Amino acid sequence: MYMEETDLPGLGRRKDFMTASGRRIGVVELREGQTELFVSTWDDPDTCQASIPLTGEEAACLGNLLGGQHLAMTLTEAHREVPGIATRQFSIAADSPFQNQPMGKARIRTRCGVSIVAIMREGEVVPSPGPDVHLHPGDLLVAVGTQEGLDAAADILRNG
Amino acid sequence: MDRVALSLIELGAVVFCLGLLARLAGRIGMSPIPLYLVGGLFFGAGGVVELSGMKEFSHLAGEIGVILLLLMLGLEYTATELVTGLRRSWKAGILDFVLNFVPGAALAALLGWGVVGAMVMGGVTYISSSGIAAKVITDLGRIGNRETPVVLSILVFEDLAMAIYLPILTATLAGVSFLGGLQTVGVSLAVVTVVLLVALRHGHHVSKAVHSENSEVFLLNLLGAALLVSGLAAALQVSAAVGAFMLGIAISGATAHSATRILEPLRDLFAAIFFVAFGLNTDPASIPPVLAWALVLAVLTAATKIITGAWAAKRAGIARPGRFRAGAALIARGEFSIVIAGLAVTSGAVEAELAALATAYVLIMAVLGPLAARYIEPLVKKFSRPARPEPVPA
Repeated sequence: MYMEETDLPGLGRRKDFMTASGRRIGVVELREGQTELFVSTWDDPDTCQASIPLTGEEAACLGNLLGGQHLAMTLTEAHREVPGIATRQFSIAADSPFQNQPMGKARIRTRCGVSIVAIMREGEVVPSPGPDVHLHPGDLLVAVGTQEGLDAAADILRNG
Repeated sequence: MDRVALSLIELGAVVFCLGLLARLAGRIGMSPIPLYLVGGLFFGAGGVVELSGMKEFSHLAGEIGVILLLLMLGLEYTATELVTGLRRSWKAGILDFVLNFVPGAALAALLGWGVVGAMVMGGVTYISSSGIAAKVITDLGRIGNRETPVVLSILVFEDLAMAIYLPILTATLAGVSFLGGLQTVGVSLAVVTVVLLVALRHGHHVSKAVHSENSEVFLLNLLGAALLVSGLAAALQVSAAVGAFMLGIAISGATAHSATRILEPLRDLFAAIFFVAFGLNTDPASIPPVLAWALVLAVLTAATKIITGAWAAKRAGIARPGRFRAGAALIARGEFSIVIAGLAVTSGAVEAELAALATAYVLIMAVLGPLAARYIEPLVKKFSRPARPEPVPA
């Protein structure tokens, strides 16, 4: 993927790339620390159809969504060869019984044979998290297991 | 009435009116600069109400306004941005200078204002308003546009060109001999180079010297340093404004950010007074005779800026609509044109008509610029792709 990085003197930096569908997508990192997400119009890739100011939290959340998707897609691709194994993402809701608890407390692997292989948090990946990693609301867990096991894991994470 | 009381009342009334004007400008989405100028015309010599009590204060405050304008301009850029901007845009920058300096200079020569007048009017028509341009780009959501870096690097070039042009202008206005003028130019070029080098390598030392966690100490350090450096620069005939600009460049990183935040309200206040003071010294009756020339100049230099921007954008591989957007973003003239005209008028080396022409020109351009930037795209689309004829009903 070819990503372009451009200085905007006095304003900040722009990082963007061209999608296969012919639109330019990118972010502007303003000097004051805000981020702006922009999407170009379809008929003129030089101009922006929308520029959306994002707070740090919002940018992290968006990164999580896209990054998690990407990781899950890669994992799904890798597990396609192994019959019976699937990859799924779980998000920790604000009312989850395990929020701010160590992950080991949910005993997911013991109870349904599902492995949590990564946690996406604020745009960063925590790879192979141990049982003492605390879960926070907004975390995205990437889990690998059988379909039934994943269903059970979803139920555990939601209802305890 | 007591003189102090009178000055306070006048100043208060003017500043309060400026507040109302700025709010009006915000409401209709335009730059407040033309309104400030009109306000000054209204209150000044030959205007509806003549204010004389605040003259001394407005003169010094106007000077401080110029210093703060350029200090903040310097703070906006890092030395690295200036150097890379210069490398990227020097060709477009030179075209920009030639195309936009010549109309002003030629008109001044035509009106018989001599070499000094030509130099001043050339500067007035050359320099775009980076304040208005940056605001237009942000307001129209064009920060992510591909032509935006082209526009910004032309603005960077212009601002650096000011650092060379202003000392030459001050020397010329002071009637320094050719040799003396060369000396001033040499000094200013050396100062610019040294400051850029220092800022590239040791910017953090300069920042450290003025920085403080205490905002009061910080403000006093900053303002004191700015006035000192500007005063010294003025004493060397390098122009106070350039001194402030150079100090701004030398301050970098986090210090520059907090300095911008802390100085912004002060700059807004003093810059507004600067525009008013300029308007105060211009007789409104002198504007109608030069209005036609101002209009001619406005149309001509709007076109030359569009050519400049379009050419630079084309070189950057930008499609047609983007080229025109880049050109239109550069049209607005504002604060720096008035700074140049102000320098000339206070020196007394140019005709009074020049102030009138410059005022009328900036009034037009500060309004026309943002409008052109907003509406050029639909215009270009309309002309480049004529609407298909309506299908005739069978």
